[in-house]
Amino acid sequence: MILAAFLALFRRDLRLALRQGGDTGLVIAFFVLTVVLFPFGVGPEPEVLARSAPGILWVAALLAALLSLDRLFLPDYEDGSLDLIALSSLPLELATLAKCAAHWVSTGVPLALISPALALILDLDPRAIATLLASLLIGTPALSLIGGVAAALTLGARRQGVLLSLLVLPLYVPPLIFGAGAVEAAALGMPPRVDLLLLGALTLAALPLCPWAAAAALRQALG
Amino acid sequence: MLTRLANPARFMRISAVALPWCAWASCAVIAVGLYLALIAAPPDYQQGEAVRIMYVHVPAAWMALNIYLFVAVASAVALVWRHPLAEIAARSAAPIGAAFTFVCLASGSLWGRPMWGTWWVWDARLTSVLVLFFLYLGYIALVNGFDDPGRGGRAGSILALVGVVNLPIIKFSVDWWNTLHQPASVLRFGKPTIALSMLVPLLVMALGFMLLFAALLLVRMRTELNERKIRALRLNSAASVRPKRRSEHGVPARPAVLR
Repeated sequence: MILAAFLALFRRDLRLALRQGGDTGLVIAFFVLTVVLFPFGVGPEPEVLARSAPGILWVAALLAALLSLDRLFLPDYEDGSLDLIALSSLPLELATLAKCAAHWVSTGVPLALISPALALILDLDPRAIATLLASLLIGTPALSLIGGVAAALTLGARRQGVLLSLLVLPLYVPPLIFGAGAVEAAALGMPPRVDLLLLGALTLAALPLCPWAAAAALRQALG
Repeated sequence: MLTRLANPARFMRISAVALPWCAWASCAVIAVGLYLALIAAPPDYQQGEAVRIMYVHVPAAWMALNIYLFVAVASAVALVWRHPLAEIAARSAAPIGAAFTFVCLASGSLWGRPMWGTWWVWDARLTSVLVLFFLYLGYIALVNGFDDPGRGGRAGSILALVGVVNLPIIKFSVDWWNTLHQPASVLRFGKPTIALSMLVPLLVMALGFMLLFAALLLVRMRTELNERKIRALRLNSAASVRPKRRSEHGVPARPAVLR
């Protein structure tokens, strides 16, 4: 019963994300544009771009994932669906997990899938592209989960978008360090195993803890 | 003691007495500490006189970490036991902690320039303290970001607890990553490795900073409580104002009563 409710909420959010269009396309467009800005800023020399490509790609992915976070809970909060979800038999922790999972499938996965193409623009060493894909696929769930906590905390705040970014960016630093570190190690020919494992550890730790914190925050918001 | 202080009126009375003592004591202890640090303490065999920045930098760093711990504990108390003053204590302490963190980063920068040759380096300790500074700023922004202050306080409590994972990372970062910032000399397993003639001024300055924090915290908490009283009075007077009724005898309506 709980699994059915979880899947129902997950499918609902995914369907809304796909039908309301906006999110996936916007996030990908932002990712591409940000990455394209960097050669204009730091110059088109391939060595410079290749050296900073892991960092650029990860930071741009991070900022793009940040974009759609305020829409995670706000529409439901405003039209009253969040109250119904909170009152249902599905525990609020699992409800937030379902919403974060739908957010990840609609933003994190497309970001990860398009990253190899952008890596070619930035002249990233080809042996690092597989690691880039892996690191983004492993790391973006953590980004969605941590972002979910911040979205729940800032629900109903006056300037939710900016406040959300201010809260979430310090918390995004550990996944960024390990994700970009993994890609950089692979670009230098060294095994990225340690960084990828630590990144996986972050995601696994976020998996139970973030829904718990987000549910507590939602309960405060719903009063 | 915590339950005795839970009554805001009693807290105001007790803090009215405690505040001057804390303030004067902190002035005196910091004065003594500065004398010990700037004049009495010996210069370092390697760094010379520049080591005296340590007597501001290290106590400020200790305060930055401990105040965040205070904010986190107060937030936990507010969430679990709904202690009425815990939330007020947490939101009052956060800007003081942010200020100490800034002092720590700035004094460290000024110390690093002559010693390491650089204003800033991205080593583990400096980076995690910078992240701590942003966590403070994020907490302050969240707590003030709502029209309803109660909502802001509750959201901030959760955020403070989420950010507390950064504290062990800061403390142990110099052990885990062997980088530029020097490892722990005072709070470590085994005896402190710092000389006594330098340890004493350090501890005196730390005590002075703690008393300063206590004084500033009491001032901010009293201000916050007064602000809430004013807000309640305003809401009360706005709610009890009635439109003027003209009775047949032309007697004006009663004025609003402030309760």
